Amino acid sequence: MSEIIVNAVSKTWGGVGGVERISFKAEAGTLLVLLGPSGCGKSTTLRLIAGLEEVDSGMITIGGRDVTHLSPAERRISMVFQSYALFPHLNVAENIIFGLKVRGVGRAERDERLKKVADIVGLSHLLERKPSQLSGGQRQRVALGRAIIAEAAICLMDEPLSNLDAKLRHEMRTEIRSLQQRLGVTMVYVTHDQTEAMTMADRVILMRDGHIEQNGAPHELYSEPASDFTARFIGTPSMNIISWQDDAMLGVRPEHISLVERDGVPATVKAVEYLGADSIILCDVKGETVSVRQTGYCSLPAGTQVGLEWQNRHIHLFDRDSGKRLAGRVAA
Amino acid sequence: MVASVMSATEPKSARRRNWVKSVNAWLLLLPAMVLLATFTHYPIIATLYHSFFSLGRSGPAEFVGLENYRYMLDDDVFWQVLRNNFIFALATVPTSIALALLMAVWVDKKIVGRSFLRLAFFTPTVLPMIAVANIWLFFYTPDYGLLDQFLKSLGFAGHNWLGDPSTVMTCLAVMVVWKEAGFFMIFYLAALQSTPPELKEAASVEGASRWYFFRRVTFPLLMPTTLFISINALINSFKLVDQLVIMTKGGPNNASSLLLYYIYEVAFNFWDTTYAATLTVTLIAILAAVALTKFVYLDRRIHYQ
Repeated sequence: MSEIIVNAVSKTWGGVGGVERISFKAEAGTLLVLLGPSGCGKSTTLRLIAGLEEVDSGMITIGGRDVTHLSPAERRISMVFQSYALFPHLNVAENIIFGLKVRGVGRAERDERLKKVADIVGLSHLLERKPSQLSGGQRQRVALGRAIIAEAAICLMDEPLSNLDAKLRHEMRTEIRSLQQRLGVTMVYVTHDQTEAMTMADRVILMRDGHIEQNGAPHELYSEPASDFTARFIGTPSMNIISWQDDAMLGVRPEHISLVERDGVPATVKAVEYLGADSIILCDVKGETVSVRQTGYCSLPAGTQVGLEWQNRHIHLFDRDSGKRLAGRVAA
Repeated sequence: MVASVMSATEPKSARRRNWVKSVNAWLLLLPAMVLLATFTHYPIIATLYHSFFSLGRSGPAEFVGLENYRYMLDDDVFWQVLRNNFIFALATVPTSIALALLMAVWVDKKIVGRSFLRLAFFTPTVLPMIAVANIWLFFYTPDYGLLDQFLKSLGFAGHNWLGDPSTVMTCLAVMVVWKEAGFFMIFYLAALQSTPPELKEAASVEGASRWYFFRRVTFPLLMPTTLFISINALINSFKLVDQLVIMTKGGPNNASSLLLYYIYEVAFNFWDTTYAATLTVTLIAILAAVALTKFVYLDRRIHYQ
């Protein structure tokens, strides 16, 4: 079991992109998700941990060992790439045991470990196939197999599910999470998909423009967003954020708003998105769009005048300039 | 039966439309077909046909069966040029491929002056063979050639490089490798640049050394390119004879003559056209065997992406 500590790490390419003095810790045996829009530095962070990029400054330790200037191999990690990075000329078995061969593991042990891993990822019947003869999901499993056969305590994943269709993504998400828990590895998982982050992670680090926006458990990010950026990023549809007082913005989640007959904030229905289990009603409030989640089917026609209501304990206030959460203030 | 019944019941207009369509298609194919037939297929068949006939200098040409081929097998010069050609191929093909790969790997890296190096390596390719041969003729000239001047400054005696049967083939091979390697480098470079960089990263996470990665991943992935290049280099070693015309005329004593140059001599210096046809058929058979090996045997063992 190894924990990863990233301490004040910076990396830029001539002042462009990268990350700036980020620090965080991934507890041993947990799944940490690096979340954020593209270009926020989450992949860079992962590649710095992997040793595929050299840090400009700062320190990275894995299991108490300073690995800042070690090569990727010396860091004893395994990694799954977004493109899977399978060797196209090797078959599934050869791809999985590539690392064992490099390290000169004996044939008998190789075969035994291959058999075990192939069972775990469900590829036992496809070992002779070339990657080009596999579906996207199967390729993903080969990459997964190659990562877990190393039995490294650290597993890094760079958007591993982004090339799969929605159904498969959901399946693999559950599978990767249970695998991580079963094998007890420390996993750092990069994604731009907040659903993946929320469902899989023990801890989520939301990144933006090369720095950490918020670091917390999924429910903390959801219920106590530290900034309007987090509030907007987590949850679908995202939190409604509307101008409130001169220096503040008010945020309230669509599921916490109800439509009322009288009183409430006056609004006009613009459109209704029916999702099956519930409907999202898009309303216009003084030129700003507010979405409301309502269970079941909603048949309000566009143009209907409605009133919106929410409870005070459900609102979030953010500073207008910095976007930071205003703690301890209650909306008047 | 069924088909004829069907077509009989088909409306006339539909049949007419089909007919117009196929005529249209054949018309579009016609120019290419005419060119191919006139300048490729007919000459091959005519060559094969003539190789079974006597020359007919005194009287009409007579069918002589395999007589020309029997004569060829008894011809010492034929065997010598064939041997020369194989030695020449063995000397130039692997060397130019190895050199091309080396240069490609080198200029694929992020190094200073990379574009300049690429250009320098590619320059010999854009020169015509005739020009190259003339330049190298000067290098190899006895006494005042570049090579001899250099050796003399080091205190060695001059040497007639192209006039000595023991050195002439090496001299020509070196020149051809110089001329060809840069061209093949371009293919390797293209293949190297289309290899996804994540493969290298995945291998480095697994602890593979650069040499291991090259041996186990890069090189196998370059195999289609290597095959393509080797076939081309092999064919070139049989068909490129411009340098002989400029530099040695196949001499001394046929020491540098190649099969195609010999065919040229037989056909247009000795005007023995039927024997030239016989030799040509042999050359085509050799090249066809090379191509067949590629398609039937090697293709199955190589991974194509």
